[in-house]
Amino acid sequence: MADKMMLIPGRTSKQGTSLNQGKFKDEYKEVTSTLEMNKDDMDKRGLVDGDKVRMWNEIGETIVSCIGKKTEDLSAGLLFIPYGPPSSQLMASDTAGTGMPLSKHMMVEIEKVK
Amino acid sequence: MANENENIKIVENATCTFCGCVCDDMELHVDLNEKRITKAKNACVLGRAWFAEHTIEDAPAAMIDGEEVSVDEAIEEAAQTLVNAKFPITYGLSDTTCEAQRQAVAISDYIKGNIDTTTSVCHGPSGLAFQGVGESTSTLGEVKNRADLVIYWGGNPAESHPRHFGRYAVTAKGMFTPNGKKDRTVVLVDVRKTKSAPVADILIRPFPGKDFEVLWALRALVKGSKLSSNIEEETGVPLETLSDLAERMKNCRFGVLFFGMGLTMTRGRHFNSGALLALTTDLNKYTHFVAMPVRGHGNVTGADNVVSWQTGYPFGVNFSRGYPRFNPGEFTTVDTLSNGDADAALIIASDPASNFPKKAIEHLKNIPVITLDTKNTHTTKLSHVAFRTATYGINTTGTVYRMDDVPITLRPAFDSPFPDDETILTSIKKRVHELVLAKHYAGGASGEAKVAAINPL
Repeated sequence: MADKMMLIPGRTSKQGTSLNQGKFKDEYKEVTSTLEMNKDDMDKRGLVDGDKVRMWNEIGETIVSCIGKKTEDLSAGLLFIPYGPPSSQLMASDTAGTGMPLSKHMMVEIEKVK
Repeated sequence: MANENENIKIVENATCTFCGCVCDDMELHVDLNEKRITKAKNACVLGRAWFAEHTIEDAPAAMIDGEEVSVDEAIEEAAQTLVNAKFPITYGLSDTTCEAQRQAVAISDYIKGNIDTTTSVCHGPSGLAFQGVGESTSTLGEVKNRADLVIYWGGNPAESHPRHFGRYAVTAKGMFTPNGKKDRTVVLVDVRKTKSAPVADILIRPFPGKDFEVLWALRALVKGSKLSSNIEEETGVPLETLSDLAERMKNCRFGVLFFGMGLTMTRGRHFNSGALLALTTDLNKYTHFVAMPVRGHGNVTGADNVVSWQTGYPFGVNFSRGYPRFNPGEFTTVDTLSNGDADAALIIASDPASNFPKKAIEHLKNIPVITLDTKNTHTTKLSHVAFRTATYGINTTGTVYRMDDVPITLRPAFDSPFPDDETILTSIKKRVHELVLAKHYAGGASGEAKVAAINPL
């Protein structure tokens, strides 16, 4: 499915605690590779919790696992991921003269990794 | 005060420097034999991890291209690399002391380089908005004692700043808020329902990328203008909700707008922060209202302060003409790397190779990088020269600024075998100064240039 979705990377408690343990430790890698997705959006794509998905845009791509969130928590069309190396793969470098890339407003596409 | 009891030391009123809350009421229990903190009383989940995981790792103090060298050899190589570069950049600085930050600015000045901090990819857009609109602000102590309307916009403090609610702004009991949360109304504005939502009396969820429109609509309502009811179609927020919030803001006794990356990292960037600051200014015609960015790293606010008082600008500063120039979008680090301008980088307490855009990371891999860090990171891994340094607030004293610009002195818990950032940067600065002087004399520089090179910073 080629619908574009909006990816919002951000801080979580687990991302913060695992960051202190070290960025090369398994927990940090797992936390920053787990994508939160609206359950209905997952159903449309035949995805269940733990499935691997390829997420890409014109900048790059990354493979992460997904978990479902209720619509009241995460609206359809939105994706959330604890920020880290996987989300950086999709970040454009244009800062529009501010120094700030659009770090929380990335349009991406998703497909199940078979 | 530290109390010695055999091999256990207790450090009272220590400071956690993990996030911008900079809580200075820690009671640290330190095992001096093991050189580790076994308990951090009063710390949040992030602070406990910060204190528990910063131990003394078995690692070289300095490396060049992955090989262990002496610290002196690494300082010489770092200084030579920086002096011989045409567009050297310095970046990071938000997780080190103000004393170390000051040395980094001096190095950048000597080498006519570029200096930028993690602010540029954090609240840099808010920094632009402060310059354009102004800032009505306060300390967190005033918020604790007085605020009866607390609004969080575009942030999730329950996960990013867990003690912000309890220590400063929501459940904290103050002089004029003796009942804590019962004396306040808490509003949360976010596109997601986050773990901060349970604390909110009012939860507002605009459509993504519509913060500016919502803030501008609130400005109109505060000023008494009528809005079309189709504002909900545009922003996702019903007119009644906006009208209710506007009235609450005008009629509170002391209001505060805390704002986060949801404004600065999305479409609109500094316009979003500027709209929020303008709304705050408008509200001061009716009541006392302040705004404050919720800052991420432990001393990112100090970085803004130090770079400002040394150069006149908070971040994105270039010395190539011999005097400081400020130009975000040109002298900010994502740009100097992505555009291929930088030909050497001094990275202090930061990991751009992990968190920057792909194009910037690719350029970082192609230039000599010097890093100072307490742990292995993606950036230390690609470094030409890597220094392992002591952790500020755990192994070293120094000054940090809380997110409300209040400076706090650090009380260290135990010694580290690694030198601290200030020591390394001071040594690099001295060697850089010698090399710059030698270059000027060898090159037959003008008298004015010689004087400029000789004057110590």
